[in-house]
Amino acid sequence: MLGRSSKAAKVAEELSHYGGVRGRSLARDALQRFLSNKAAIFCVFFLAAIVLFVLFGPALAKWNNEEIDWAVLGDIAAQGMPSVQSGHYFGTDELGRDLYSRTIQATGTSLMVGLIGTAMALVVGTTWGVTAGYLGGRVDSIMMRIVDILYSVPITLVVILILVVAGRSFTTLFIALGSVSWLTMSRIVRAQTLALKNREFIEAARAGGVSELMIVVRHIIPNLLGVLIVYASLLVPDLIFAESFISFLGLGISEPYTSLGALISEGAGTMGYGTLWQLLVPLFFYVSITFTMFFIGDGLRDALDPKDR
Amino acid sequence: MVYVMHSTRKIANPVMSVFTIENLRVTFDTTDGVVEAVKDISLNVAEGECLGIVGESGSGKSQTFLAALGLLAVNGSASGSVRLCGQEILNASRIDLNQLRGNDVGMIFQDPLTALTPHLRIGQQMAEVLKAHRGMSNRQSRQLCLAWLDRVRIPDAAARLKQYPHELSGGMRQRVMIAMAMLCEPKLLIADEPTTALDVTVQADILDLMSEMQHQHGTAIALVTHDMGVVARLCDRVQVMRSGECVERGSVEQIFAASQNAYTRSLLEAMPRLDSELNRSSFKAGAAKQVLDVQDIKIDFAVKSSGGLFARRTLLRAVDGVSFDLHEGETLGIVGESGCGKSTLARAVLQLLKTTSGNVAWLGTNLQQLDKQALKAARRDMQIVFQDPFASLDPRMTIADSIAEPLRTYRSELSRREIRQCVGDMMQRVGLEPQLINRYPHELSGGQNQRVGIARAMINRPRMIVCDEAVSALDVSVQAQIMDLLKDLQAEYGLSMLFISHDLSVVGEMSDRIMVIYMGRVVELGRSEVICQHPGHPYTQALISAVPIPDPRVERNRERIRLAGELPSAIDPDSAFRFLPSRLSAKVIGDPPQLQQVGEGHFVAEHDPVDSLLA
Repeated sequence: MLGRSSKAAKVAEELSHYGGVRGRSLARDALQRFLSNKAAIFCVFFLAAIVLFVLFGPALAKWNNEEIDWAVLGDIAAQGMPSVQSGHYFGTDELGRDLYSRTIQATGTSLMVGLIGTAMALVVGTTWGVTAGYLGGRVDSIMMRIVDILYSVPITLVVILILVVAGRSFTTLFIALGSVSWLTMSRIVRAQTLALKNREFIEAARAGGVSELMIVVRHIIPNLLGVLIVYASLLVPDLIFAESFISFLGLGISEPYTSLGALISEGAGTMGYGTLWQLLVPLFFYVSITFTMFFIGDGLRDALDPKDR
Repeated sequence: MVYVMHSTRKIANPVMSVFTIENLRVTFDTTDGVVEAVKDISLNVAEGECLGIVGESGSGKSQTFLAALGLLAVNGSASGSVRLCGQEILNASRIDLNQLRGNDVGMIFQDPLTALTPHLRIGQQMAEVLKAHRGMSNRQSRQLCLAWLDRVRIPDAAARLKQYPHELSGGMRQRVMIAMAMLCEPKLLIADEPTTALDVTVQADILDLMSEMQHQHGTAIALVTHDMGVVARLCDRVQVMRSGECVERGSVEQIFAASQNAYTRSLLEAMPRLDSELNRSSFKAGAAKQVLDVQDIKIDFAVKSSGGLFARRTLLRAVDGVSFDLHEGETLGIVGESGCGKSTLARAVLQLLKTTSGNVAWLGTNLQQLDKQALKAARRDMQIVFQDPFASLDPRMTIADSIAEPLRTYRSELSRREIRQCVGDMMQRVGLEPQLINRYPHELSGGQNQRVGIARAMINRPRMIVCDEAVSALDVSVQAQIMDLLKDLQAEYGLSMLFISHDLSVVGEMSDRIMVIYMGRVVELGRSEVICQHPGHPYTQALISAVPIPDPRVERNRERIRLAGELPSAIDPDSAFRFLPSRLSAKVIGDPPQLQQVGEGHFVAEHDPVDSLLA
């Protein structure tokens, strides 16, 4: 905040002289509240551990995710068990591939899907919603009717259609999920913008000659941030779920890449043959991620609008 | 704790005390530690007596009564003793309290809309009270409800029973609340700022009604208020509170005539008074240059009228042919009750909303014909200060950033350092300490935030500012400070000012000329001493007689001028003829009432003789 000029230095000196006069911004208040939420903080650490595992786990791996361990292939149930000796820490899958490496790869994919899909939803949804809400009138009606129409088409169907038409790949999956995830976001943003744009401080800015674009950038979007963060944090597990569901149906990411949904699907298929770890390991990661994300989202909501509790 | 005790006739001649609070303490557990909201309060209310509890916001006056009735927030706790008719009720069980609340004690709150359940009809809500406390049948309760609605002078009571709260006006809702509170004929009526959200004329009616309850039914009233005028009108005894303590108590005559306490005196002095020797400005309209010229402004809003699936849009004329001018260094006060279009007019002058017809000329140039760039340049001279100091500041910006925003818009050549310098100077000028520079609005008080709003409006040295109810949301003492600040700034920079308020006494103190607006039309315009002392229009007269004067001797001997009937709807085209019913009945509707000059610079709208309009 403070510049380097002598005047600013003097001001800074005065400020430190008075002590503790630095303003408590709303964000700082929210951070304080979030930090005092033990469940949310625990989940942040847990999620961080999962992310670290995805980043540095491969260094410990003895097998990569494509190699087939021919030695265990014949008798997975007996020899493909999780063991440190064989180097298959999480065991192997039905084809004798190392589940440890495959889980790391799958968790990474799922996290990427959640983050990139949410980022797309944030950018598209916010732009769309702010534009519609701020301009209002006919523009608003048309833009929101478009959202309504897209809403009325079943989301999974759209995603599956896109994947079938454009072929199964990382990019199409991201595009497919991103193209439907921004709808709710745009609605939320529009409603918030409508409420904000009639507030007196917006009128004050307008009376002060601030241009419309600057009003949006300087006054509307910063005041939307709280809602955006909360919704985004809840959208991540939603998207991971959507991707897993599609992969479970066998339409998601194609081999040799995999995702948690695909692994769970494979594991579920073989659970009758005494290889339960093939289901439990990916399931553990999937549940951990969604569970922690929901807790973090809840914690953020409590921290950002304390009134709504 | 030191407070002054007066011996009063009431105390010397004791009547049975209905409600006694002794050594009440209320504390709240917050994240910042334990806050003591009420420190050792004692009071008592006798049968048929009205006790006024006066204090500014945060003095703990509301918490005292909430605690006494067991309505504290979950983090609050109370200790001491509260007795109702001799029975200890503090921290009593919920079941016992529910027996008392509504039966022996009635409560009226500030906002009658939030205190009534929105999805229940008036009749259902009232019957609920009777069913709970008296176990009455529907028929009996209906009759009693009707009787009480009649007694609080609600016209057409039977139809009102079927209506929902939102269908009634604010004054009507408050009457319903009083009727509901009185249904079981409680011994004590607690009124927490009952008239603060209401217009003055409605306030006067409600106060009359409460005084009637007190005298006819012998109900004891505890009136919690910040308004010394209301106290002067209604109360027998007064207790002044400040930061959780009682600083003075005594009979109303003693408090007002010979207060022993400095804080009480400062509260009384801070109240603007209509009947005071007006500190008349020596402002001469002829000498100064005309800066703003508003000609025949009309503003329509489209409102959806109920009409099933394809609701028709009807036009609501919020402002209907208003013309006025403003000279350099002059203050024009605009007074009117809520919904009269005064704020809409202000926004139209600043081009914040579109006018349907009419001209707004600033320094001779018509603002409506300017393009975006030219309008932006013109806006530098015209700024606005809003009513709600919290809502008008961006909660995510430090106050320095808020104040600096107009600078960054108009003087982008300034360096950060110069901006900081400018902001610092302006903060000093409006009386904000420099160490507040990095604070956020939620960390400051209402008065400080309003100073920030004024600093933001003044930073580019505008030639005119519009104050839209700029002091209405503030405590009396803060209000007086802000008014002084505005006057100082005006004298220093030669500002012109449009001072908009619903409070005639505030406007009277601030303005050189006053314009009275009623339902979007000007009914009277003239120099402020003329308007305040010799009003010509019946509406102005009614308005002035409704403003309570903080002096019980004057206040209680005043004849109130009451207009017949309720406020007409603004959608009704006949509403313009409210004061000209003779023309309406003669069916020669043509032009709405015109302003006629009755004295030098004094214009009054056409109206029927005053006597024929009174209730």
